[in-house]
Amino acid sequence: MTRPTTASGHKGLQFEQNLIFEQNTPGATAVDLPPVPVAKQRLGEVKRHTPVGLPGMSEPEVVRHYTRLSQKNYSIDSGFYPLGSCTMKHNPRLNEKMARLPGFAEIHPFQPVSTAQGAMELIDTCAHWLLELTGMSAVAMSPAAGAHGEFCGLMCIHAAHDANGQAQRKVIIVPESAHGTNPATAALCGYTVESIPANADGRVDIAVLRAKLAEHGDTVAAVMITNPNTCGLFERECIEIADAVHAAGAFFYMDGANFNAIVGRLRIADLGVDAMHINLHKTFSTPHGGGGPGAGPTVLSAKLAPFAPVPMVVKSGEGYTVEEHAGFGVAKQALGRMKGYHGQFGVFVRALSYMMSMGADGLKQASGDAVLNANYLMARLSAELTPAFAGPCMHECVFDDRFLKGTGVTTLDIAKALIDEGFHPPTIYFPLVVHGALLIEPTETESKQALDQFVTSMLSLARKAKEGRAAEFQAAPQLSPRRRLDETKAARRPILRWTPPASDKAQQAAE
Amino acid sequence: MSLHFTKDHEWISVDGKVGTVGITQYAQAQLGDIVFVEVPAGGKALKAGGEAAVVESVKAASEVYSPVSGTVKEGNAALPDAPQIVNEDPQGAGWFFKIELADAGELSGLMDEAAYAKYLAELSA
Amino acid sequence: MRYLPLSETNRRDMLAQIGVSSVDELFRDLPKKALAAASFNLPNTMSEIEVERALGVMAAKNMNCAAAPAFLGCGNYRHHTPASLDYIIQRGEFLTAYTPYQPEIAQGTLQAIFEFQTQVALITGMEVANASMYDGATACAEAVAMACRVTKRSHALVSGRVHPHYRDVTQTQMKFLDVEVECLAPDPYAVEDLIGRITPDLACVVVQTPGFFGHLTDYTTLGEACHKAGVLLVVCVTEPVSLGLVKSPGEMGADIVVGEGQSLAGPMTFGGPGVGLFATREKFLRQMPGRLCGETTDEDGRRGWVLTLSTREQHIRREKATSNICTNSGLIALAFSVHMTLLGDAGFQRLAELNHATACQLADKLEAVKGVKLVPSAFFNEFTLALPKPAAEVVEALAKKGVLGGVPASRFYPTYPELANLLIVAATETNSADDQIKFVKALTEVLS
Repeated sequence: MTRPTTASGHKGLQFEQNLIFEQNTPGATAVDLPPVPVAKQRLGEVKRHTPVGLPGMSEPEVVRHYTRLSQKNYSIDSGFYPLGSCTMKHNPRLNEKMARLPGFAEIHPFQPVSTAQGAMELIDTCAHWLLELTGMSAVAMSPAAGAHGEFCGLMCIHAAHDANGQAQRKVIIVPESAHGTNPATAALCGYTVESIPANADGRVDIAVLRAKLAEHGDTVAAVMITNPNTCGLFERECIEIADAVHAAGAFFYMDGANFNAIVGRLRIADLGVDAMHINLHKTFSTPHGGGGPGAGPTVLSAKLAPFAPVPMVVKSGEGYTVEEHAGFGVAKQALGRMKGYHGQFGVFVRALSYMMSMGADGLKQASGDAVLNANYLMARLSAELTPAFAGPCMHECVFDDRFLKGTGVTTLDIAKALIDEGFHPPTIYFPLVVHGALLIEPTETESKQALDQFVTSMLSLARKAKEGRAAEFQAAPQLSPRRRLDETKAARRPILRWTPPASDKAQQAAE
Repeated sequence: MSLHFTKDHEWISVDGKVGTVGITQYAQAQLGDIVFVEVPAGGKALKAGGEAAVVESVKAASEVYSPVSGTVKEGNAALPDAPQIVNEDPQGAGWFFKIELADAGELSGLMDEAAYAKYLAELSA
Repeated sequence: MRYLPLSETNRRDMLAQIGVSSVDELFRDLPKKALAAASFNLPNTMSEIEVERALGVMAAKNMNCAAAPAFLGCGNYRHHTPASLDYIIQRGEFLTAYTPYQPEIAQGTLQAIFEFQTQVALITGMEVANASMYDGATACAEAVAMACRVTKRSHALVSGRVHPHYRDVTQTQMKFLDVEVECLAPDPYAVEDLIGRITPDLACVVVQTPGFFGHLTDYTTLGEACHKAGVLLVVCVTEPVSLGLVKSPGEMGADIVVGEGQSLAGPMTFGGPGVGLFATREKFLRQMPGRLCGETTDEDGRRGWVLTLSTREQHIRREKATSNICTNSGLIALAFSVHMTLLGDAGFQRLAELNHATACQLADKLEAVKGVKLVPSAFFNEFTLALPKPAAEVVEALAKKGVLGGVPASRFYPTYPELANLLIVAATETNSADDQIKFVKALTEVLS
């Protein structure tokens, strides 16, 4: 295929777009502000004397700039986003509308509590839903994301052990298939990490876990397990695992990243869980925004509840109060504060809007459809691909790269070729325990038609690979706004910000 | 001159009391394009098996452990600015540091060239 | 249910393809005991109109700052945001994209992050900035942790004029890491002797400008003293609009600058989500937490952007990572960046001037109220007043008169009776002359 070259660099609707700094009209602004009133300045000695260096642009230029940038992005609004362990489901616009109600958007975290009773009610209602859905005793609402929720859970565990005279417990046991945040979070709590391998079944081997618990005895603080795990499988022996952990005097932390598979079907309290974070930006449909914001409320068992961080909303009579200080009232044993203000309030509004829309019945249907979609993909893709484990899977299915053996095509090449097919690639090379992993999570958002289109593309790519057309794969993607980017170059000589071209600098110096 | 290898894929070439340490051809191939190297400064005391240097590719980070105990004489000053040298010539110009051995006896715990080749064959089996 | 596309026919066909007879069969690995125990005391699905009604009732119970004269600050500020900003961040391609792990189809988000990093570096006067942290308070904690890594020391000194939430979050985060976080008592009157407290074991000194009580302070001399002792200077900025008019932390010699970007990014939303700003010197780059976007080229030699230096992060370094952060505040960072782009140098400076002038006008009027004393002599758009009676009571009385008249210091410092009469007041370009008159009148009445 030969494509015409253009003088502009644009290709039809694909625009090349310079940086804002390269579109600078000195002195221009897209914001007209009222005149500055005359007043005696009180800046003291710290007045700024040099310009900041922000470029000047008009409103139409700015709107066009970001519109063009947006068109270079893949998104769940525009297509299938089967990114395993990320739960890219539809983000309802009702959630956005609700978060923008002036009674939610235009309220200040420190206005008198008497004037923010609706905000307290919203937090309390959101907490109520999370507690009902998990059966747990308490929920710390303030963690800002999944990893922050893990941190909250492990700090509560640390505080509980310390309070029980068990400060020697410094070991966290984590399966090798865990998300990287698990060991990173353990380190933040001053813990060391012991890994346990998965069995051939893709699950925790309870005999190995028991041996590890015995080996480390009363130094084990907690066991952290993602369930369903990162291989997309439910840990069948979850209750036995919890019992073994508790018998060893440790706590059971469940990573809730994959909660979407089981929500509305069982309560994690019935599995013996002591703490779990819930990614509202996964299971409860709040938008991922190109990398956040999220929210990671962390549900806690009765033993951990007293150590939950502040702030805590407290129902009192007809209204609500909030305990903002550790060491006081209901927060007597609280471990402290983890985040400014009242947590990710705007995310709570969106999540509650979603939970109310879905209802208990809708959430159960959603996890059912998510699991059905994943199993459907696993069944159909197995025609050409090699599943890493026997099914049924939960909300995501994982394939290894045996089907590519001898083709010269890698998992990465398949991912890049999918881009040309108009799909976002699945998560690749994760979990680490699966060779050349392709982790596919369709979520309940996708119609059968969308899944069938994906299957057609995937099977066609697998056949092409087996036909020995490796060169085509290595050249992919060819149709996206950019082809493969040189990550080595980016890392060897990092350019992390725009700087004026040398000629401008010389000119400035001359002036 | 004698050449020795560790199971973590470091090599050490010993001349008298001074050893030169780097990572093997196999290690650089496993890492892929190396983008960052941190070498120890002269004077630093190292223990056998202790962390001595850092080597990173785009997707992986790895510690380089000292094969022997001793005092660092110098780190390879060329590497921080040109980490690709490790890819190009891992067992030559891509050396990481020179160390004055505290105990030459430690070398007997390491593999020679033939033993390392056998070890690699086992790994890929 | 409107969000679920599968029909019953679809489900039957798919189950047949899989070779099972029911969806329940797919859940056979779940413990039967737990399945049987599950019951949820929650309502069933609701229509849009029902959800809107229920949440609308809740929202209406709040007194909102757009409908009342409001003078609230303490790290969260109400500013006007241009209409185009909310339009841009609601474009689905920004709103509903994931973290840009596949750069070929995420150049929009990546270029925006690169521009954001540059803007943050420019306004703070630093060399490099990351793609954002959760909020200002967690960014502050991360700065202390980073200073400990850089200096290989484990003792931080925090000024009493640092936002108490930043202080608290830092203390919590360091709790189990053998890092001593020494916090000075809040004192809006006396100048702290920070230089006198510099010791050779100190990793960093953490200060804030404008300070929590509103003071503008030049920390250049402190920075020099820190550097002589190998100590890092961490500067917090909770109101980035101030940087349009006051000397940047970089000019003062800061080594790490952290801040909260909410004030430029959009509505306060009860304090979250915000966006943590994090900037530093290039020499400390490898110890920095969070994601970074860098420039490179694609196979055709065209300029493009990727996430880079990821070996610092948890998904590669695991327990040796610089932080456990993964999801950050992408969309709020975009909102911040769009606003900075809309403003440009001219608009940014003008906005800062407008804020300062409004605050000066208000301070003049409030100082004239009987019994009221203005505490800081130099401030930006926020200042502390000493009242003749407890500020908490005054604030409640003002609210009854329909005015949200500042934040009592006692809300943060319940164990400091000497601060009970202090009221922290902010004024921005959103406060009209009429708002100011209402506030002054209400305060006069409440104090008389």
